[in-house]
Amino acid sequence: MDKIQIYSIVGSLLFLFFILSLIKKRKLKEEYSILWLFVVSILLMFSVFRPILEIFADLVGIYYAPTALLLFLIIGVVAILIHYSVIISKLSEQNKVLIQEIALLKHKLSEQKK
Amino acid sequence: MQCAIEFENLNVCVIVPAYNEEENIVSVLQDIHNANENYTIVVIDDGSVDSTAKIAAKEKIAKIISLPCNLGIGGAVETGFKYAYENNFDIAIQFDGDGQHIAAEIEKLLEPIVKNEADAVIGSRFLHKNQQGFRSTFMRRIGIKIFEIICRIFIGQRISDCTSGFRAYNKKAIEMLANNYPTDFPEPETVILLKKNYFRIMEIAVEMRERIYGSSSIGNLKSIYYMVKVILSMSMAKSRLSLKTRRENG
Repeated sequence: MDKIQIYSIVGSLLFLFFILSLIKKRKLKEEYSILWLFVVSILLMFSVFRPILEIFADLVGIYYAPTALLLFLIIGVVAILIHYSVIISKLSEQNKVLIQEIALLKHKLSEQKK
Repeated sequence: MQCAIEFENLNVCVIVPAYNEEENIVSVLQDIHNANENYTIVVIDDGSVDSTAKIAAKEKIAKIISLPCNLGIGGAVETGFKYAYENNFDIAIQFDGDGQHIAAEIEKLLEPIVKNEADAVIGSRFLHKNQQGFRSTFMRRIGIKIFEIICRIFIGQRISDCTSGFRAYNKKAIEMLANNYPTDFPEPETVILLKKNYFRIMEIAVEMRERIYGSSSIGNLKSIYYMVKVILSMSMAKSRLSLKTRRENG
């Protein structure tokens, strides 16, 4: 087993446990952790079974197999970022509706007081 | 003005979005009130940091709805539509709080709606034959021209002043807009949204004044972003299915 393989397995495992512990402590909601868990498990899978990575790299024409790992990482990070943009859009929409409702309710309340 | 229509019996709500307009708001409210005392004026104070809401409330001729945070013009106007919808108004007028619109012309916008010739009426600066009044800067006019071309392609109708914030809507339109009004730079996108949902749009020639105090909400640096964002929003509004179809498809 190569040095790098050991490091990457250990690193991926630490990352996995970090995510899981965040969920356990309720600092990360399950629905927002799924993409992270997915990315970590793919990294872990490639670290443990290196031939898979080499087969894949060969298939898409990447000469240096570990580069494929970086490719996966980047795809994963981009996917997570887009996921966040979607969530932020949803949140800002909900936020807008809440602000409007509060203003309308406050107005109604002050009308009733008169 | 020759108008055989009874405006008195109509339940008209004038929505005035205002963000930091303490210098302009009083004259705007008085202008509307003088045009017709029966209009219900609703000022949407869009989280102003100055005393817009306080000054407006002092006049006692308008209802003031204060948003706790600044939402931008779209969110503010949408609040007005929500109010108009909840309180069962027949017609909603959108009237800017910066004093560039002329309240006496509200009747002109009401007419096609009362006659049931249109669901939405837009006050346009560019329909007068002998051009008069304030017609914006050269660059802005180019922008508006681009929107006109896009509108023609997308909805097959000439809308000469897509960005005008002086508009009238009937009950059906109020109901739709109360929950679907676009968020920022909403005016051109709304035109597409309305047509896409089979509302009849009509333009009426109006005059506009140049704002007296303060600055417009769109600066030079923002204008490129503005164009890109608006064109994107218009295209997306065009590519979406109508709300009715979306509901039917679940």
